[in-house]
Amino acid sequence: MTQPLLTLKDLSIAYRVGDQDTIAVEGASFDVQPGSIVGLVGESGCGKTTLARSLTRVLAGNARIAGGEAIFDGRDIMALSERAMNGLRWREIAFIPQSAMNSLDPVYTVGTQLAEVLIRRGGLGRSAARTRAEELFEWVGIETNRLGDYPHQFSGGMRQRVAIALALALDPKLIIADEPVTALDVIVQRQILDQLRELKERLGISVILVTHDISVVAYVCDRVVVMYAGRVVETGPMAATLTAPAHPYTMGLRNAFPDLASAAGELTPIEGAPPDLASPPPGCRFAPRCPFAEARCRTDVPGLDIYDGDHLAACHRIAEAETLRARAVASETWEAPA
Amino acid sequence: MKDGHDQDPPLVRLDAAELHFPVGGVVAQLQGRATVVKAVDGVTFELRRGESVGLLGESGCGKTSTGRMLVRLDKATGGRVEFDGEDVSGLTGDALKRFRSRVQLIFQNPFEALNPRFTIRDVLAEPLENARIPRAEHEERILRAMALVKLGDAGQFMDRYPHQLSGGQLQRIVMARALILEPEFVVADEPVSMLDVSVRAGVLNVFRDVRAQQGITAIYISHDLALVRYVCERTIVMYLGRIVEDGPTEDIVANPLHPYTQALVAAVPVPHPDQSHAPLPIGRGAPDPRNPPSGCTFRDRCPRAFDRCAVEAPGPTYVQNRIVHCHLHEPKT
Ligand SMILES: Nc1ncnc2c1ncn2[C@@H]1O[C@H](COP(=O)(O)OP(=O)(O)OP(=O)(O)O)[C@@H](O)[C@H]1O
Ligand SMILES: Nc1ncnc2c1ncn2[C@@H]1O[C@H](COP(=O)(O)OP(=O)(O)O)[C@@H](O)[C@H]1O
Ligand code: SF4
Ligand code: SF4
Ligand SMILES: [Mg+2]
Ligand SMILES: [Mg+2]
Repeated sequence: MTQPLLTLKDLSIAYRVGDQDTIAVEGASFDVQPGSIVGLVGESGCGKTTLARSLTRVLAGNARIAGGEAIFDGRDIMALSERAMNGLRWREIAFIPQSAMNSLDPVYTVGTQLAEVLIRRGGLGRSAARTRAEELFEWVGIETNRLGDYPHQFSGGMRQRVAIALALALDPKLIIADEPVTALDVIVQRQILDQLRELKERLGISVILVTHDISVVAYVCDRVVVMYAGRVVETGPMAATLTAPAHPYTMGLRNAFPDLASAAGELTPIEGAPPDLASPPPGCRFAPRCPFAEARCRTDVPGLDIYDGDHLAACHRIAEAETLRARAVASETWEAPA
Repeated sequence: MKDGHDQDPPLVRLDAAELHFPVGGVVAQLQGRATVVKAVDGVTFELRRGESVGLLGESGCGKTSTGRMLVRLDKATGGRVEFDGEDVSGLTGDALKRFRSRVQLIFQNPFEALNPRFTIRDVLAEPLENARIPRAEHEERILRAMALVKLGDAGQFMDRYPHQLSGGQLQRIVMARALILEPEFVVADEPVSMLDVSVRAGVLNVFRDVRAQQGITAIYISHDLALVRYVCERTIVMYLGRIVEDGPTEDIVANPLHPYTQALVAAVPVPHPDQSHAPLPIGRGAPDPRNPPSGCTFRDRCPRAFDRCAVEAPGPTYVQNRIVHCHLHEPKT
């Protein structure tokens, strides 16, 4: 395997609220290979945005790196000075924030906002910036004559494309996109996902794509990282992870998704809600909702173990994954205990 | 579609219904730039009692506008909207009040739908007050509505405020409020689009089961056919204020006839790796309701458009149990 572009090792991030720490991300480890799209999935509040933001070090004021490292191209992002980090942002790592389409500045034209990044950050001259801006618009499929338009003159999908163009401006190696298609129509969503894939194939860019939709993962990602309550619970190649998940949470997620390609079946929700991260349960954090939980699950934290090659899962019953998968398909398995 | 139910008069009937909004102020009018947005432009369909129908289409195609017209939050600017045989535009006074208790709209965003200063008990009591239901019956009705949406342990929620509930719980409260007056007709506008995918299933199950149990007639608005399919036997597809296809959901999923529906079906991502990555059969760009193309309004994005599409708007063609508005499907003459 080639040298990874990014390696997370035991990364933990905490928020301070009052005099208490909430560990929003705990001991996250995974790799991102050059020219690949990694899907980061999980329910609302499981720490996806926190993890994504930490990689460009744009965390909230009350957040801190509580441990671990993120090695990008040989450097630990978490240990870089603010100045060195500034040198990485946009040029090496670009970030598309959650609801990026609402984050454009309403008082400047989109062309001006692109030029700002290209000239101030990238050191381009005016005319070079102009040419580059046109090129970027062509890449993301917007007519170049719309560079003079204001954000409100675009639809949500087009604003999302502008946000992608901004992220691409200085040729980064890694793009971190937080829920880039969640609020969009299926057709626009598909067009934007196609765009990301094309950029990966054409420019060799890597993408960390944050989403709660495993259909989006299935459509564009090469690998998946599944998070639950602040921890990575499963990671592996996309196809293997989605067709043969080794963690009960991933098995449950799969049942909760409507699937247009097969007969209209039952949707089975995972009953309950993720734990409050300020006081998570001991042992496996999924245990309160897991139909397969045993006594040890409530006391011992399961570590990420090899399931098959580079497909890992954090479950005490990993050796029985095949049996559990078969049981997980039945909706009775997931009925709330009376 | 020919079965016994056809004999019953429809509960809801739209006949060439229109909802046009004037846009542009005085200045625009003076400059001759003022126009109308044809949010709904000649929509015709009927709903049988107990039917659950999906209204499908991309953002801005007029789904919410159609829904608002159906529950008379907006008055049709043309055509006719009937509920139980009566023209809803003409309703006033007590008749309008009665209508309002028989139909309900469930809003897109549960986080905005509820007054943040009301407890859940207040939220649910409000429609009862408005309908002048005796106070003595409130508690029982509220408990019944909460049980209906599977918030069984009602005591736990009654005195909480909306921000103390999760999105999925909130959306169930929004549903409970819509159901508390036992409406005959419900319009649900993307009720799960703001929710996490893992809780969607639970809310959808509730909607589907309650609707079927109570025999409620429903319109379910969405841009995602995978969700519509789960709750509706029939689907109406809209594009730029008009209907393009109307028929049984499973037939539309298996074999969409209109070129726009074909693109919509192809665009739905599926949660497993074996799927097509072929380019979507639809042109880029967003439809502009202020300046729709002549003839068939889909023609600037349609991969199969031909000469006639620019000059003539396609009317309804009946293809087996479906209605399609596309020249390709008209009988050859
Ligand atoms: N009050 C209004 N004044 C002017 N135009 C309006 C008004 N309400 C809606 N429109 C326009 O009418 C069209 C249809 O809007 P509508 O809200 O019905 O779309 P929708 O299909 O529900 O879209 P979405 O999926 O984004 O909710 C849009 O172009 C919209 O901008
Ligand atoms: N600024 C903050 N202060 C305290 N807690 C926060 C802050 N931002 C997020 N959190 C908490 O951290 C956890 C993870 O949040 P987030 O990373 O936004 O999750 P996701 O993106 O997966 O929905 C949640 O419990 C959330 O409430
Ligand atoms: S460790 Fe136990 S509780 Fe956790 S997912 Fe595995 S079986 Fe379920
Ligand atoms: S009428 Fe013409 S433009 Fe319209 S959908 Fe049919 S083929 Fe396409
Ligand atoms: Mg987030
Ligand atoms: Mg709408």
